[in-house]
Amino acid sequence: MIQVVDVYKSFGQLQVLKGVNFQVAPREVVCVIGPSGSGKSTLLRCINQLEKTNSGQVYIDGEELTHPKTDINKIRQQVGMVFQLFNLFPHKTVLENITMAPIKIKGIAKTDADKIAMELLKKVGLTDKAHVFPGKLSGGQKQRVAIARALAMQPKVMLFDEPTSALDPEMVGEVLAVMKNLALEGMTMVVVTHEMGFAREVGDRVVFMDEGIIVEEGSPQDIFDNPQNPRTQAFLSKVL
Amino acid sequence: MPWVEVFGMGILDNIISQNGYQVVLRNLGYFLGGAGYTIFITALSLAIGMVLGLFAGLGKLSANKIIYMLSTAYIDFFRGTPLFVQIFLLYFGILPVLYDNDPVSSAIIVLGLNSGAYIGEIVRAGIQAVDNGQMEAARSLGMNQRQAMTYVILPQAFKIVIPPMINEFIALLKDSSLVSAITVPELMHRGDLVFANTYEATWVFGAIAVIYFVITKTISVIGDNVERRLATD
Ligand SMILES: Nc1ncnc2c1ncn2[C@@H]1O[C@H](COP(=O)(O)OP(=O)(O)OP(=O)(O)O)[C@@H](O)[C@H]1O
Ligand SMILES: [Mg+2]
Repeated sequence: MIQVVDVYKSFGQLQVLKGVNFQVAPREVVCVIGPSGSGKSTLLRCINQLEKTNSGQVYIDGEELTHPKTDINKIRQQVGMVFQLFNLFPHKTVLENITMAPIKIKGIAKTDADKIAMELLKKVGLTDKAHVFPGKLSGGQKQRVAIARALAMQPKVMLFDEPTSALDPEMVGEVLAVMKNLALEGMTMVVVTHEMGFAREVGDRVVFMDEGIIVEEGSPQDIFDNPQNPRTQAFLSKVL
Repeated sequence: MPWVEVFGMGILDNIISQNGYQVVLRNLGYFLGGAGYTIFITALSLAIGMVLGLFAGLGKLSANKIIYMLSTAYIDFFRGTPLFVQIFLLYFGILPVLYDNDPVSSAIIVLGLNSGAYIGEIVRAGIQAVDNGQMEAARSLGMNQRQAMTYVILPQAFKIVIPPMINEFIALLKDSSLVSAITVPELMHRGDLVFANTYEATWVFGAIAVIYFVITKTISVIGDNVERRLATD
C-alpha cells in the first residue's frame, strides 16, 4: 500500500531523514515511535509530500508520488492526514469542515455530502456538534472532527501525527477509541505516537526511529518486550 | 503686555467674524457637493486599490520570481514616493500620453494605484497571519494551491484584514484632498476656491475639517460594527 524507498530529506544543513525504507501493507496499522527530533513527523509528511523529499521514492498503491509528473492533489485525496494541532478550519462549522473537500474537490452534491458527514459525525460521537464552530469544541472533540474530515474523502490510508499529544489526559481516550475502531474496520494507518499502550494494543507493527533512520521494527511484542537494538532499549526504558 | 491683547483680539476677531460665518453658510451646499466628489473618488479608488492590492499581495507571496519582482516593484514605488509627486507625475506626465485625461479620472487612477500598494501589504500580512497548519490541512485533503487559498486561507485573512483596511479607507479619504492641486472639484479644492475669494481661512478650512471629520468618523463607526459582527464565532 505504502512504499518508502531510500528517502533522504534535509532542511538546509540539517539532515533529518537519512535513507528511510518503509512499507505498509493494506489494512495494516503501523505505529512509529522514537525520540523527539528523530524525524517521525518528517517521514509522515514525506509520505503525502507535504515535505518534498531530496531523494528516494514514495509509492502509494503503486503510484510514485515523488515522480514530477504525478498529480499530487489526486493522490492526497486518498491519503487522510490528522495533525497534532487539529488544524480545523475555524471559519467553518463542524459540518462544513467535513463537507468542504468532498464538495469543492470531488464535486459531490451538498445534500449527499451532508449525509455522509452526519454519518461520520455519528461514528466519532459528535452528531450534536454539527452546526457548532470549532472554537467551541474541546481538544478531544476537535481531533475527532479532524478525523471525520479526513475520512470524508474516503481515503485508502490515514496518517496520524501525534494525534493525542496536544490533548488533556482525560481526552486522550476518546480519540484513541475512535482510532481503534477505525483500525478494526480495516483502515490502513500510520500512527506517529507516544501512546505506547495504543501501539501495543492496536498496532500490527511498531517502527522505532532515531536520528533519521529506522533503527528497529517488528511486532509490538518484539519491540516492547524484547528490543534488540541498544538505542531501542534505551528509549523504551525511558518512556515505559 | 499689550501685544498679547492685540494678538488675542486678532484671533478672536477672526473666529467670531460675522462675515466668515456667513461665508460658510452660503457655501455649505457647494462644500457638501465637494464632499460628494471626495467620497465618490475615494470609493472608486478604493475599489481599484482592492483589486490591485489583492494581486500585489498574492504576488509578493508567489514562488514565481517574475511575479514577485513585479509586485514588489509596484508596492515599493507607490509606498516609497510621495503621493503628491505621484499625482503630478501621472496627471501631467504619464496619463496624457495614454489618453485625453481629465482631473477626476486621473485622480481616481493615481489614488487607486497608491492605495493598491498599501492594500497589497495589508493583504500579504493578512495571509501570512493565517496559521500555516491551515494550508497544510487543506492541501492534505487534496485541494490545489488555488482551492486552498480560495476556500481556506483568504476567508480567514479577510477577517484579519478588516481593521487595517478601514484605516486605509480613512487615510485614502484624507489623502484625496491632495488632488485639489490638479483642480478636481472635491472638498478641499472648493474650500481653497472659497478661501481665495474671501480670505476667511479659519471659518472656511474649519468647516472643511469638520466635514472631513464627520465622514471619517462615520467610516470608523461603521467599520467597528462590521468588525464586531464578524468577530462572533
Ligand atoms: N520545516 C522545517 N524546517 C527546518 N527544520 C525542520 C523543519 N521541520 C522539522 N525540522 C527539524 O527536523 C528535525 C526532525 O523533526 P521532526 O518534526 O520530523 O521530528 P519528530 O520525530 O516528529 O519529533 P517530535 O517527537 O518532537 O514531533 C528536528 O530537528 C526539527 O527541528
Ligand atoms: Mg513530530
